[in-house]
Amino acid sequence: MAEISYREALNQALREEMDRDERVFIMGEEVGYFGGAFKVTDGLLAVYGEKRVRDTPISELTIVGAGVGAAMGGLRPIVELMTVNFGLLAMDQIVNHAAKIRYMFGGKAKVPLVIRTPQGAGHQLGAQHSQSLEAYFLHCPGVRVAIPATPADAKGLLKSALRQEDPVIFLEHESLYSVKGEVPDGEHLVPFGKANLVREGKDVTIVSYSKCLYDAIHAAEALENDGIDAEVIDLRMLNPLDIGMVIESVKKTGKAIVVYEGWKTGGAGAEIAAQIYESAFDHLDAPVERIASLDQPIPYNKHLEKAALPSPGEIVRVAERMM
Amino acid sequence: MALERDKLVAQHAMLNLDETQLLDVYRKMVTIRRFEEKAAEMYTRGKITGFCHLYAGEEAVAVGAIQALYDKDYVLSTYREHGHCIAKGAEPRVVMAELFGKATGISHGRGGSMHLFDPILRFMGGYAIVGGGLPLAVGLGLSVAYKEEQEIVACFFGDGALPQGAFHESLNLAALWNLPVIFICENNFYGMGTLVANAVSQEHLYKFAEPYKIPGVRVDGMDVLEVYGAVMEAAARAREGDGPSLIEAVTYRFRGHSMSDPVEYRSKREERIWLERDPIKNLRKKLLTERNVAEPRLKEIEADVEAVIDDAVRFADESPEPSIEDVSKHVYAD
Repeated sequence: MAEISYREALNQALREEMDRDERVFIMGEEVGYFGGAFKVTDGLLAVYGEKRVRDTPISELTIVGAGVGAAMGGLRPIVELMTVNFGLLAMDQIVNHAAKIRYMFGGKAKVPLVIRTPQGAGHQLGAQHSQSLEAYFLHCPGVRVAIPATPADAKGLLKSALRQEDPVIFLEHESLYSVKGEVPDGEHLVPFGKANLVREGKDVTIVSYSKCLYDAIHAAEALENDGIDAEVIDLRMLNPLDIGMVIESVKKTGKAIVVYEGWKTGGAGAEIAAQIYESAFDHLDAPVERIASLDQPIPYNKHLEKAALPSPGEIVRVAERMM
Repeated sequence: MALERDKLVAQHAMLNLDETQLLDVYRKMVTIRRFEEKAAEMYTRGKITGFCHLYAGEEAVAVGAIQALYDKDYVLSTYREHGHCIAKGAEPRVVMAELFGKATGISHGRGGSMHLFDPILRFMGGYAIVGGGLPLAVGLGLSVAYKEEQEIVACFFGDGALPQGAFHESLNLAALWNLPVIFICENNFYGMGTLVANAVSQEHLYKFAEPYKIPGVRVDGMDVLEVYGAVMEAAARAREGDGPSLIEAVTYRFRGHSMSDPVEYRSKREERIWLERDPIKNLRKKLLTERNVAEPRLKEIEADVEAVIDDAVRFADESPEPSIEDVSKHVYAD
């Protein structure tokens, strides 16, 4: 067990999987000579060569489509999209092709493709570089959605993703790459569809994932000083969604707050809240709360950007109000 | 220029194919034609629903091209893919059953007319997003190159795909990575009802090969041997490691874009001109006059095909519907 960054954990997972399986390769913009726009693929080219670490032109649609085709041809491609914002150009291949191919061909085809891409705001990059679009993928049956918050989960989920028979959208967060944490050495697999109970508590359930998990943890620590005992759940994946753990927790606490960086309206929180209502309505002492980004483009100005995003303070205020 | 050159290639192809092969080509073309005629009839009778895009008139392209491939080579197509699927070896009965939406269909009733697939035949799917198959073909080409195997990939698409970004991105990437992909554009002059001249800046579609530095040719898509010859050349290059090619096959669909298209955007005169260039009549005449095939042999093939298509309809009609309990099977692996 070593303490390494989220970025290093991903890099380690890539190396281990490429060592394990010759069919695994990575392609994307700047993944080779540049070492990845966020340095996740740093050093891979030198070890695995141009065949398995492939720089591509800026053609997101066709990079993803080529990943789908290569997966159908028996390989285990990883496509890195430089950011989720650019991934929108590839939505046809993700939604109309990758997600449909197994089903519409009667189960005779499979697309074991992993699409890795960072998302998120917080670096004053403006409206076109600051989006969190997990809800778009959550809305599409046929693709799995992994969204790790910790270095250990980044490694363990990526390794698991590369052993799936279905396409996986693997959403990283730009602000998490330098976050450090304990990561098991060698074979560390985090099973798909299992949430993580990060903090036990009895008064309120805070459900989160990705970067907002840290906001939730900070809020829970602050709430402790007020005598409020918050339970924190990291979903780790949105598809499959481990709603079972959430429901069990809500049955205990009677209150739920969902915290996420996507837009509030039509976001993942809406789905999670709806499922809580469907399965635990009688256990709720208060309406489910959603804390998310404002329904607007993310601004450039530092203070405006902060105002548009969820924060630990907002979680604390909402939790206190619910008591 | 290109056309003259390809006439020579076609003559060469005629010499290269022995009589058995030529008769097999004829059988496949007649099979597709009769299949499509029967599909139209079944659509009118309500046995086939949804969208149904027929390939009648364009048979020479699929059959000529696929004749130039090995069984192990990959083929991808569009929503107008009954012909390619049958040419690649699918039994008409499983294709017809798919059009009927039956459990015995080639995609178990989940796909319908536009989504046929058979990995054993290496028929890698019909895709109903214009241009959507091209990036997949690049990926399959990459998988072949990666594994250092000898297969090649043939990707069919219509003239309607030319203005799509996917076309340009795919040609660029296939050229850049020198992948064994043959891009075969079936130019039937209309993307749905829009004349190609109103959709594409380039008059000769094969010239889009130039900016990507790959070979591009235009062939008479109503002449199966010309298509065969051009694809043989492109396939040889791809197998030699010389990368992708673009082939523009000029053809004509004898029916509308789909079964619901009354075809009001083209003249009867234009249709008559093309009907006279029917690729099946064209080959039949050549077989009788240039290869001295006895007419009874052709009639025998035609009668055989008739029986195969009748069997296909019977099979499709008698096959069971997919089980309702299985509606969500195959969304994910498990």
